[in-house]
Amino acid sequence: MLYREAGQFKATYAEDSQIFPIRQDRIGIALILAVAFVGTPLLSVAGLLSDYTFTAILTPFLIFSLAALGLNILTGYAGQLSLGTAAFMAVGAFASYNFMLRIDGMPILVAFILGGICAAAVGIVFGLPSLRIRGFYLAAATLATQFFIVWCLTKVGWFTNYSSSGVITAQKIEMLGYTFDTAFSKYLFVLSVVTVMALLAKNMVRTNIGRSWMAIRDMDMAAEVIGFRPMQTKLMAFAVSSFYCGVAGALFAYAYLGTVEPEGFNLDLSFRILFMIIIGGVGSILGSFLGAAFIVLLPIGLNMFMHFLEGSVGINLPSGISSSIELMVFGGLIIFFLIVEPHGLARLWQIGKEKLRLWPFPH
Amino acid sequence: MQFFLEVLIGGLLSGVMYALVALGYVLIYKASGVFNFAQGAMVFFAALTTAGLVDSGLSLWLALPLTMVAMVVLGLLTEKIVLRPLVAQHEITLFMATIGLTFFVEGLAQAIWGANVRSLDLGIEDVPLEWLLENANMAVSQFDLIASGIAAVLVTLLAIFFSKTKIGRALRAVADDHQAALSIGIPLQHLWGIVWAVAGFVALVAGLLWGARNGVQFALTFVALKALPVLILGGFTSVPGAIVGGLIIGASEKLAEVYIGPHVGGGIEGWFPYVLALLFLLVRPEGLFGERIIRRI
Amino acid sequence: MSEGRQIGEVILDLKNISLRFGGVKALTDISFDVREHEVRAIIGPNGAGKSSMLNVINGVYRPQEGDIIFRGEHHRDMNTYAAAKAGIARTFQNIALFKGMTVLDNIMTGRNLKMKSNFLLDALYWGPAQREEIAHRRKVEEIIDFLEIQHIRKTPVGRLPYGLQKRVELGRALAAEPSILLLDEPMAGMNVEEKQDMCRFVLDVNDQLGTTIVLIEHDMGVVMDISDRVVVLDYGRKIADGTPDAVRSNQDVIDAYLGVAH
Repeated sequence: MLYREAGQFKATYAEDSQIFPIRQDRIGIALILAVAFVGTPLLSVAGLLSDYTFTAILTPFLIFSLAALGLNILTGYAGQLSLGTAAFMAVGAFASYNFMLRIDGMPILVAFILGGICAAAVGIVFGLPSLRIRGFYLAAATLATQFFIVWCLTKVGWFTNYSSSGVITAQKIEMLGYTFDTAFSKYLFVLSVVTVMALLAKNMVRTNIGRSWMAIRDMDMAAEVIGFRPMQTKLMAFAVSSFYCGVAGALFAYAYLGTVEPEGFNLDLSFRILFMIIIGGVGSILGSFLGAAFIVLLPIGLNMFMHFLEGSVGINLPSGISSSIELMVFGGLIIFFLIVEPHGLARLWQIGKEKLRLWPFPH
Repeated sequence: MQFFLEVLIGGLLSGVMYALVALGYVLIYKASGVFNFAQGAMVFFAALTTAGLVDSGLSLWLALPLTMVAMVVLGLLTEKIVLRPLVAQHEITLFMATIGLTFFVEGLAQAIWGANVRSLDLGIEDVPLEWLLENANMAVSQFDLIASGIAAVLVTLLAIFFSKTKIGRALRAVADDHQAALSIGIPLQHLWGIVWAVAGFVALVAGLLWGARNGVQFALTFVALKALPVLILGGFTSVPGAIVGGLIIGASEKLAEVYIGPHVGGGIEGWFPYVLALLFLLVRPEGLFGERIIRRI
Repeated sequence: MSEGRQIGEVILDLKNISLRFGGVKALTDISFDVREHEVRAIIGPNGAGKSSMLNVINGVYRPQEGDIIFRGEHHRDMNTYAAAKAGIARTFQNIALFKGMTVLDNIMTGRNLKMKSNFLLDALYWGPAQREEIAHRRKVEEIIDFLEIQHIRKTPVGRLPYGLQKRVELGRALAAEPSILLLDEPMAGMNVEEKQDMCRFVLDVNDQLGTTIVLIEHDMGVVMDISDRVVVLDYGRKIADGTPDAVRSNQDVIDAYLGVAH
């Protein structure tokens, strides 16, 4: 009942190809955006949301969502598995840093976009092997990206402005004279960027470019025969995906960590983002967000659970075991999802929607 | 020239050990079409379990069989719990499942034995071979030499196992076509169990050798990752490919580190094999020994 | 046979095509032509090289020898993109749809060469991009109507039964508005009713849109009914070429299908 589409007639193709054709979806998205843009600020002003909520949960959630979205474009939509996501994030972060550093009066948003473009360029170069190889051969090859880029950023002093430890301190985020320096304002900044980019991505995947990616993913030979050019299509996927990851990397450095070193963008981060899309839903924009939320919240929940075990139940756990257990839980969940629901949380949501459409009647 | 030879030999010897890890991947890939990313984690698990058992007072000769049992159990459980439900899924799905498995096994190893670096003593000293040092003035590690000897024996045994025994023949049939193998009555899952157990054994040997050489620590998993470029070079299905690929990677990364490294700031061993493999792929996507596939539609 | 259409000049001319895979000869010295607006069938026993022939025509395989002349232009090195651009569309023996996409999206992909919008406009879904998307949607809806698949337009093709998938694949090929359509066993695995439907669609395409059709089919009844001329392959060689009646009575053809007593 709640999700009934009956009675929503589309009289024109324009109406039928809206971004969210179902009315309930439009209302839902509007509500979420309203809460994100207006609700949380109000709660924050009222003192109901601590800075911790923003710095440790909401901001990283949004940034990881963007990175996961980037990887999802490449892996979920275009079908090219990559284990080098963190490297593209690193390029975005360090390129933005250098644009800010070396060009006077560089507006921060322009620096982020340029950073993203640098990441896209690197993505195209390292995407070239995808023209010859596929599947896990390609995945293994993307490890080259991961190790080479991080090494490069560490060894070439120019990238880190010759900082002896290799650590860079991101410049302040300033726009039109306003400085985004509180936890809350950084959150709003990230939220705006992520919202815009998610909308753009949604548009891309429902038009010709998105169809070209999915065609290559599902049946590359047939895609070629109907006139998609595999080289352009794949490299475009690498470029757009890397652009998204690059901007996410810049936000990661500027709005989340503040100071960052190349090693911060290691293989582990790449895997984490891969896990987000597997759990959230491969080939789904919504899934990128769900997966990011899950992976950000899981360690926090796990920690609370361990504290609970130690505090209330009185079990004494050896120190350092929580990170091992976290690894096990991550790994176990990945296997679980791949076996039980390979399309992830996004698919569960879809099934839920179909149930709600009929609810409370069984048929 | 002497120095060059010294580096080359050192590289080839570590290459044999890369080949050993790579062999674990090839075994499973040949038999079940799964690219088992967790092979590196299994190497780590084996090394850490042995070292942990020895540290808790057991003798090495007791610790080894116990670890072997643990590896076989791990292999069998993986086959049963992870791979059997995913049978006939897309190869990428299987690959991602083994990435999950990697995390699980790494976490498990550290949850049991802690995350500290342990040392593992096999009773072979890592000193230059005296005879070579005196006569040719070359420093070649005695440990590396023995280790690669062990690896070479193992590789030969596996090659014989694959080509001469009944199980080996059945495995090759399975690798060629699951359905056809099933239809002529080859017990598929039984065989997969065997393969995972053998892969566990290979991981144990590799873990012991690498662990004794570099210390038992998390970084072992990165050494194991080096088997990937080896496989790209050699092809995922070829035992000789794994060996030749291992030798090429081992030798070239050491030579590159010594001769190119100083000009670019060093530390290039970490990525050189991957980039080499990548460039190689552009020229010959099917690897050194892989078969060229004609794609049909 | 429809009376209204006029069979025209030679549109596609294949000259001395030979194709080898390593030592295996898939096609040996095959020549035949296709005239505008006709229905041209390729028949032959399994492994005769029929699909390879189609793959040569639209550039999936490059023959070692021979020449492809399409609309007077020589394509020694035909490639898939050039073929698509020139107006050659096809369907596949084993359905090659994009399984994760809806019927609508699958057919929309067929129009990709006619789309001019770039990815930045697509991303904004604004102005020209939106107008273009909707214009193409209108065209695609005409095809959906023609093939009578309105009710499944938003269903992912992976969930559809075989017969409908074949129809969607035809739709995707038609969306490109091809001048020549290659159909690789469009009726394989169908029941009688589905075959009749498919025959009707093929004839309608040929008749109403004037599309030239090259068709591989095993059902001899169908072939003899709908094709204008038939070329017969056996072991990669051409053994006969002519009208259905002429081919039917050709001794080589009968031998190839029934076997010869040695």
